[in-house]
Amino acid sequence: MQTIAKLRILADAAKYDASCASSGVKGRDSLGGKGMGSAEGMGICHSYTPDGRCVSLLKILLTNFCIYDCRYCINRKSSNVQRARFTAAEVVALTLDFYRRNCIEGLFLSSGIIQSSNYTMEQLVEVARSLREDHDFRGYIHLKTIPDADPQLLALAGRHADRLSINIELPTSQGLQQLAPEKSASGIASAMGDVARHIDEARQEGQAHAAQKPVSLPGAQRARRARPARYAPGGQSTQMIVGADGASDAVILRTSSALYTGHRLRRVYYSAFSPIPNASADLPLQAPPLIREHRLYQADWLMRFYGFAHEEIIAPGATGMLDLEIDPKLAWALAHRQHFPINLNRAPKEWLLRVPGLGGRSVERLLAARSVRSLRLADLQQLHVASAKVLAFVELADYHPRPGALESAQLREQLIAQMAQGAVQRRHSGMHLTAAGQMALF
Amino acid sequence: MRAAPYGAESGQALSVLLDAPDDFAGFRQAARALLALGAAPDGVHWRWNDTLATRAAEGDLFADGKLSSAQDRVLTPDALDLLVPAPGRPVHIRKAQLAVLRDACCHRNPARFALCYRWLWRVQRMPQLAGDALDADWRDLERLAHAVGREIHKMHAFVRFRPAQDASGEPLHVAWFEPEHHIVRAASGFFMRRFTNMRWAILSPDCSVLWDLHALQWAPGATAAQAPGPDAGEALWLAYYQSTFNPARLKEQAMLREMPRRYWKNLPETQAISALVATARSRTGHMLAAMGDDPGEGEAAGAGEDS
Ligand code: SF4
Repeated sequence: MQTIAKLRILADAAKYDASCASSGVKGRDSLGGKGMGSAEGMGICHSYTPDGRCVSLLKILLTNFCIYDCRYCINRKSSNVQRARFTAAEVVALTLDFYRRNCIEGLFLSSGIIQSSNYTMEQLVEVARSLREDHDFRGYIHLKTIPDADPQLLALAGRHADRLSINIELPTSQGLQQLAPEKSASGIASAMGDVARHIDEARQEGQAHAAQKPVSLPGAQRARRARPARYAPGGQSTQMIVGADGASDAVILRTSSALYTGHRLRRVYYSAFSPIPNASADLPLQAPPLIREHRLYQADWLMRFYGFAHEEIIAPGATGMLDLEIDPKLAWALAHRQHFPINLNRAPKEWLLRVPGLGGRSVERLLAARSVRSLRLADLQQLHVASAKVLAFVELADYHPRPGALESAQLREQLIAQMAQGAVQRRHSGMHLTAAGQMALF
Repeated sequence: MRAAPYGAESGQALSVLLDAPDDFAGFRQAARALLALGAAPDGVHWRWNDTLATRAAEGDLFADGKLSSAQDRVLTPDALDLLVPAPGRPVHIRKAQLAVLRDACCHRNPARFALCYRWLWRVQRMPQLAGDALDADWRDLERLAHAVGREIHKMHAFVRFRPAQDASGEPLHVAWFEPEHHIVRAASGFFMRRFTNMRWAILSPDCSVLWDLHALQWAPGATAAQAPGPDAGEALWLAYYQSTFNPARLKEQAMLREMPRRYWKNLPETQAISALVATARSRTGHMLAAMGDDPGEGEAAGAGEDS
């Protein structure tokens, strides 16, 4: 089979995996090297497909042959898709070619399981090794790890890769048992634990090394001790499929929260279960729950950057599901009106972050400005955050919500209507384009 | 305040002539001198040589007196420095603010240098203004800088190199890019660090840059026709783009937000979009119609700010 035919099959087979970021590695370039590549912290999306997703890495499977039969997976043994298999050299060549064209940040390599977990993992590691050692490739490499592979292979993988991921697949072990009977939740958890430990050790060694004084050598030469081996400096991520089993959003967020604190994961990705060709009969063909996935990402963001605990986002005893109509921060504020309005001139940062519609960057700007003067309504307008959603929950030197407005039983409906209107206006006014014209300097 | 020694009393404005549209070093040097002289912002006009090419083609504009006749009020930053009798009171701003000014100066907006200078002049008079993140001038500067930063980022993302050969038969990777702002210089270091061991060139309408394995070389602007067309290998990239698309999740708006149409003509993969969208609609259209359109959709990025 020609490379291009294999590429079509193996890219198609990999496209359901959402965890395709290339961020988290800083300060690497190809100066003084023989090959090419760099990583400067922020990942780059080199293209976008009409599904709105970023193309950052060459995301492919080494092979879509698989001896497992996970129900939600297009590559499961019992599916009758066309199969293909790349050699390690083919993947290396493709990665280098796309990179040289500046189409990608690097490689995200995964694989169906062939022969055995160890054999499969060896193949994945070989690709990464060849890129790094034979070609001095300094771009991004993300390897999907096979949970029950030999820990030694895991260690090798981390040496070459920037990020490792082990997919938790489903939010509960019951779900996993039901839909991926050959996989074991405890095996996945212990592999994640191993990776977390390796990452920690490498980081500590790195810090100790950086703190070390240069060693004096005879002959007036000064040198540091050899740098400790690196291990997945971009951290570890995982992916959870949403909507393939019966898990509620509360269960999903609890699982994510445990992953962030327990294994210090960099990211948990939520992948709305996508209808696949040749779907298993256990899974009814259905539209992917994209809005639910979006709300989960918002909730996840609240946990990581806005100081919310998972049990705050979905109160115990409620339906256990996120509100699809409004974002989770607004939902929280509506359920906790007694804390509002927030005085933007006096409230601490934690509370500014809890105001619906105020993002982290806006909060930073408000804090900076209020340290030199008192904030007014015009400042929110200046920041383009004077939306109905914000104004319902804040007060300023010259602005207070209408008396009784916060207690009104219609507040939720009013806000939904105003937000819908605001979205329409924004779409038609081309707001961003006029910004530079508004300067009126001359 | 000291009388301005450059002739402000005659009522004539002063023009500063910068080396290039993105000449931040020159702006900084001139601004320092002007602040020391106490020059009010509305008495200063900012001009610049239009492209790097002007400089390359004409050499030093002032060495041969080309501009000297009618230009007794047009000064270069170097000439301005000579007018400053003693170092002025320095204006202190933070590193991050300096970076905003630097980026803002790459914007196409003709008022960019004037705005930067006006803000600095106000900060000199009222130092606490430097901490006012919501000052109207400062917010305008941030908006310019943000647009420039985004365009630099998009250039890093959307430049597409194609294999070619130079006149002497050496392999050379060439790209054609049309940036909205004066960012080619600001964006080039990235390519130098990433492709240090590969010879490459980026052509653009205002100026071109070549990495010869040792240094970045600047050249005049070019045309799209001077860049190479698609090669056989590009088919692989197109095949990948088509296959990595998931038709069950059609979200054209999200794609357009991040990859606006003005970039499309220089991105080979965009030729596949209309066919992908059409087939996706016919395959899964009925399911997605039931979902409605969610303008807030978008992975991590969309979910972040404004939550
Ligand atoms: S192990 Fe399961 S999820 Fe992975 S490729 Fe095989 S069938 Fe698919």
